[in-house]
Amino acid sequence: MDRLLEERLFKVLMLSSLTMVVGSLFAVVAVVVLNGAPALTPSMLTQTPKGGYYLGKEGGILNAIIGSIYLAFGSVLLALLISIPAALSLQRDYIKKTKVAYSIRLSLDVLWGTPSIVYGAFGFTVMLYLGMRASLLGGIIVLTLLQIPIMIRAIDETVKLVPAELKETSYALGTTRFETTFKIVIIQVLPGIATAVLLAFGRSIGDAASILFTAGYTDNIPGSLLDPAASLPLAIFFQLGTPFPEVQQRAYASALVLLVIVLVVSVASRALGQRFSKHILR
Amino acid sequence: MPHISIRNLKVSYGAHNVLKDITVDIPDGQITAIIGPSGCGKTTLLKSLNRLIELQEEVKVNGKVLIDGDNVYDPQADILSLRKKVGFLSQKPCPLPMSIYDNIAFGPRIHGVKGKQILEQIEELEKHCPNNEVCPANTRNTARTHKNGEMDLLVECYLRLAGLWDEVKDRLRMPASKLSVGQQQRLALARTLSVKPEVILADEPTSSLDPVSARLIEEQFQMLKQNYTIVLVTHTLRQARRIADHAIFLYLGEMIEQGPASKVLCAPCEAKTCAYISGEIS
Ligand SMILES: Nc1ncnc2c1ncn2[C@@H]1O[C@H](COP(=O)(O)OP(=O)(O)O)[C@@H](O)[C@H]1O
Ligand SMILES: [Mg+2]
Repeated sequence: MDRLLEERLFKVLMLSSLTMVVGSLFAVVAVVVLNGAPALTPSMLTQTPKGGYYLGKEGGILNAIIGSIYLAFGSVLLALLISIPAALSLQRDYIKKTKVAYSIRLSLDVLWGTPSIVYGAFGFTVMLYLGMRASLLGGIIVLTLLQIPIMIRAIDETVKLVPAELKETSYALGTTRFETTFKIVIIQVLPGIATAVLLAFGRSIGDAASILFTAGYTDNIPGSLLDPAASLPLAIFFQLGTPFPEVQQRAYASALVLLVIVLVVSVASRALGQRFSKHILR
Repeated sequence: MPHISIRNLKVSYGAHNVLKDITVDIPDGQITAIIGPSGCGKTTLLKSLNRLIELQEEVKVNGKVLIDGDNVYDPQADILSLRKKVGFLSQKPCPLPMSIYDNIAFGPRIHGVKGKQILEQIEELEKHCPNNEVCPANTRNTARTHKNGEMDLLVECYLRLAGLWDEVKDRLRMPASKLSVGQQQRLALARTLSVKPEVILADEPTSSLDPVSARLIEEQFQMLKQNYTIVLVTHTLRQARRIADHAIFLYLGEMIEQGPASKVLCAPCEAKTCAYISGEIS
């Protein structure tokens, strides 16, 4: 009797937390869509802000869309190039001392938890020191730093799951550590890399604090890495901060664009991950 | 065929001495069975022969393993060619996360075997197995005309040698992990042979197999012993009696007795071996 009660109680608990999770997600999406969709005109997507845009006049947020895409894709690519080798090198094959690997993981976890404004402040200080102005490049680099701990740790967790027997099988054929790592281990890790990209992309495209001073903001589309770049989170922030309801609505439209980009990237990286996981041992 | 001599081999995991001063010769061109109760150090001894043991954490090895007179633990020894020369078959087969075809082609590709060398390897293989048709004439002809024909031929030959060809010839591109455990173990045998080893170490290779697959593997070993030195850890005395020429009895990390299989397994000198064989200790 007691056990049945337990079972029922847990069922209620599960259902209510699931409802809360799905409900709040739904609420966020609903608010963004309901407020944003009416303002999402073609000109929003195809034009840069014209004079008086922030007062409710003509223009769009193409500068922020392009800027965000440059910033996010550029930094994801750079961060991947750094994180894949770094995560693979945390294997016991390379770092024999478990204490060293443990400390590296701990520091990465601390970095993961560090607020992005700290990265922004750090990047800003370095750029001031170097005499650089806010630019696309500065933004990409700071976003890369922001992503590295996320990517390394997310990939690292899947590298840890690679069966020891698999590595043994590979080494038994006379392979080097490099061959075992980059021809065998990497196959098992590919879906993990897809997840890591997703987590890192989400954090970088949605972040405003780290790029406020490093990428800057501009009404133009950046023409080179050294030009400042606009971004969707900051576009939302600025538009929502105006006293004009029609401009505030455009903020929601911008949020909707951001939401769609994240959705597309999620679906795409999942699909890629699935595609590559055909041969994986489970 | 190489001659293996083990001299004063001591292996410990941390403070746990697992092998205590093992000195024994392993005859070439025969099947040597290592028997003993579980936990006595059979796997450890086997993996010490091609230094796979070094993949374990906190392992310490002392003493010598001489293969054709060269100590494999010499700091200058080439560990990659050692592992190529001394193949390993694990207790539970572990397919590489790739197709059946690539599981066989992986080793030769890693060692840079291609074109003419492949054909030479096949010829050598045929000389070894005169009464076992590993390379039918029609396949040989297609090898000349097709792109990658040599590698296709090599894959076919080794799959035939392992008695797997007829079962997988129509699905070579399928993930190897989809095969049954018995098929995976024969695939593992083919993969091990594909890098032209001279010694085959097998760690209870039939313990996870059904009786039919187990019998197939045993038959393979009896055929292969003409050309390879085989060291077989086995958990069943019956298997040792069926196929072993030579036997080594280990007990608590010490070598108690060794000699021709007929003697050690049927009329041992040592009291402990008698006790093990009669089932008193296990
Ligand atoms: N990686 C390891 N770390 C610590 N102890 C181990 C390790 N592998 C094996 N051992 C211990 O060494 C002893 C011998 O193991 P093993 O060689 O696997 O025995 P067997 O193959 O004869 O069953 C066992 O007591 C086992 O617990
Ligand atoms: Mg064992």
